[in-house]
Amino acid sequence: MNTINTKPEPEIPHFALKDCALIAIATHRRANTLKEFRDHISTLSPDSLYYHFWASLLLPHFEEREYINDFASWVRHGLSDTKLAEQLAILDPTSFDDIDELRYQLLEYIDDRMEESEYLQWTRATRQFEFIRSQIVVFDTGTQISEPHAMSDLISRMSASSIFYHFIDARRRAPDKMDDFCRWLTFFGETYQPLIDRLNDIDPYFSTLVELRQQVATAFESNFSERAS
Amino acid sequence: MTTMLEAYAAVTGADVIRHLQQLAELLKGKSVVHVNSTRVGGGVAEILEKLVPLSRELGIDTRWEVITGDSEFYQCTKSMHNAIQGDKINIPDNLLKHFLEVNEQNAKQLCTILEEADFVFIHDPQPVALLKYCSNRKGKWIWRCHIDASHPNRGTWRFLDRFVREYDASIFSLSQFVQLLPHPAYIIPPSIDPLSDKNIDLAQDELDTVRIRFGIDPDAPMIVQVSRFDRFKDPVGVIKAYKLARQYIPTLQLVLAGGTATDDPEGEVVLDEVRIAAGDDPNIKILLLPPDAHRTINALQRLADIVLQKSTKEGFGLTVTEALWKGKPVIGGDTGGIRLQVINFHTGFLVNTPEGAALRIRYLFNQKQKMQEMGVKSKEFVRENFLLTRQLREHLTLMVSLQHSAGDRIELS
Repeated sequence: MNTINTKPEPEIPHFALKDCALIAIATHRRANTLKEFRDHISTLSPDSLYYHFWASLLLPHFEEREYINDFASWVRHGLSDTKLAEQLAILDPTSFDDIDELRYQLLEYIDDRMEESEYLQWTRATRQFEFIRSQIVVFDTGTQISEPHAMSDLISRMSASSIFYHFIDARRRAPDKMDDFCRWLTFFGETYQPLIDRLNDIDPYFSTLVELRQQVATAFESNFSERAS
Repeated sequence: MTTMLEAYAAVTGADVIRHLQQLAELLKGKSVVHVNSTRVGGGVAEILEKLVPLSRELGIDTRWEVITGDSEFYQCTKSMHNAIQGDKINIPDNLLKHFLEVNEQNAKQLCTILEEADFVFIHDPQPVALLKYCSNRKGKWIWRCHIDASHPNRGTWRFLDRFVREYDASIFSLSQFVQLLPHPAYIIPPSIDPLSDKNIDLAQDELDTVRIRFGIDPDAPMIVQVSRFDRFKDPVGVIKAYKLARQYIPTLQLVLAGGTATDDPEGEVVLDEVRIAAGDDPNIKILLLPPDAHRTINALQRLADIVLQKSTKEGFGLTVTEALWKGKPVIGGDTGGIRLQVINFHTGFLVNTPEGAALRIRYLFNQKQKMQEMGVKSKEFVRENFLLTRQLREHLTLMVSLQHSAGDRIELS
C-alpha cells in the first residue's frame, strides 16, 4: 500500500496591528568638540545611537531634510563642517547588519576627518551636542486582519507611530531587515511579490511618518486596483 | 468619543486620539495626582486645566491638588524660581525653613491622597518637599521641572537636590536643562493648547476690533513681538531692527506687546528704555496688556505678517510655538528652545543681532510667496509636535515605562 504523506498547508498568520510610543531620556553625556563627540559615540548605548538616527520621526522635532540624522545636523550647524556632515548624513541605519557596524562607520568617518583637519578635534562647537537615549513602549491594538486587501483601509486608520513600528522599527528587529508588511505578504507565496517590490522601493529616510503612511497606503491601493482591472 | 476628546480630534486628527486611548488602556485602574502651587495663572495651571480633564476622559483616575502658602512662602519660591534660572540669589535660612514648614503643613492635608496614588506628578519647586513628609508612599513620584535649570544657582540647587534625588523620575523640557540625578530624567517639551483663548481660531470681526482698538493700519505691513519687557527679550534690539528694515519698507508697523510686570522692578527700567528707543514714531505701538489678555495677544499674532522673538536668552519659547501655530514665520534669537522651533528657510530665521533680524524682515517682505509657504509648514509642524495631546501622550508613555522594566524596549501584549 502506498502511503501519501500529505503535509498540511502552513497556516497564514493574521496581521496583528501594534502601536508604539517613544520617550526620550537624558544620558548626561554632552559634547562640545568633535573629539568629545567621537569618544562618546564609541561607547554610546545602541538605543542612544538608534535614537539619534530615527527618533526625530516620532518625537518633537522640526523638519530639516538636509542633514537628516542628529549627528550630521550637529556637525553641520554646531561645527560648521559641511564635508563630515555630508558623510554622516548619507549613513542609512537600515543598510547595516547591526548597530555596531553603523557605529564603526560613524567613527571611521569622524577619525578620517580629524586626521585630515587636526584643528577640528579642538574646535569648540557653537552649540553643545546632547546625547539622548530612548525607551519604546510597544502594545497590541487588538486589531487583526487576515487578507492583504483589507490593509489599505487599515493603513488609513493607523497612527503615525504604528507606521513607525511596522515599517521602520521592524527592520531593526528582524535579522533580514524586512518590514512587517513585506514579511506578512511573503506568507502568501509569490502572489504579492509585485506589492512587496513596490513597498521595498519606498525610502523611509526622507519622509515624515504621515507621508510614509500615505506612500504605503498608495502601494497597497495601486496593487489592488491593478489586480482588479 | 466624549466631547473634549472630540474637540481635540477635530484639530489633531482622530488617529492621535485613538493612540491616546490605547495607551490609556494600559493604565486602566491607576490613580494619578498632579500637585502644583496655583489653580489659576501661569503656564503650569494652564496645562493642568486641560491635561487633567483629558486624562479623566481617557478613563484614568486623575486629580489635581494645589498647595497653599503665605506671602513669605511665595517670596521664597519666587527667589527659588529665579535662582534655578541662574540668578545669584542667596535665600536666607529662615525662608528655607519656612518653605519646609509649609510643605509639611500641606503634606498633612494631602498625605492620604498622595500616598495612595499610583503616580504623583509634582510640578516645579514649590511642592518639591512634600515627598519628604509622605513616607508611606506606594506609587511612583515624578518631579516635573518647567524651568530652565541648565545653570542653577549652586546653593539653591543643593537645597532642592536632596528632595529631587529621592523621586523615581524627573521631567525637564529640554535636554540642555537636565541636571545630573540618580534617576531617569525624561525630556518632554512643553506644548500649547489649540483650544485655549490664546490659540483658538478667531473670527475676522474680533481681529478687526483689535486692529481698530490699537490704531493698526490694515494696509501696512506689520511685525509683532509678544514678550515681557525684559532685557533677555531684547525689545530695544527689536526696535533697532525695525528702524533698519523701515528704510526699505517705509510703511512698516511694529507692535511690542507685553505685560505690566508689576512684580519685576527691572521691568519698569526696561520699559523706559523701550519708550526712549521708540521716540515719537507713530508706527511703533507699545502695548501694556493685562495678564488675562489672551484673546488680544492671539489677535495681534494673527494680524502680524511676521512674529519676532529676538531673545538673547530663552527657555523653550512658547510664544514662538503660538506664532507658528498661527501660520506666521518667526524671526527668533539663536538661543534655547527657539533653536528647536525655528529652522532657517523652513519656519523662520534664527538671528543674533538687530541687523540680522532687519535683513530677514526685508527678505520675507520681499518674498511673500516664501513667507506663505513657511507659514503653512509652521502650522503643520506645531500640529504634529507641539500640541497638548503630544504632551499627554508622553506622560502616558512615561507612566507605562515606569510601571515596567527599565530596559529600552517594553513589549506589552
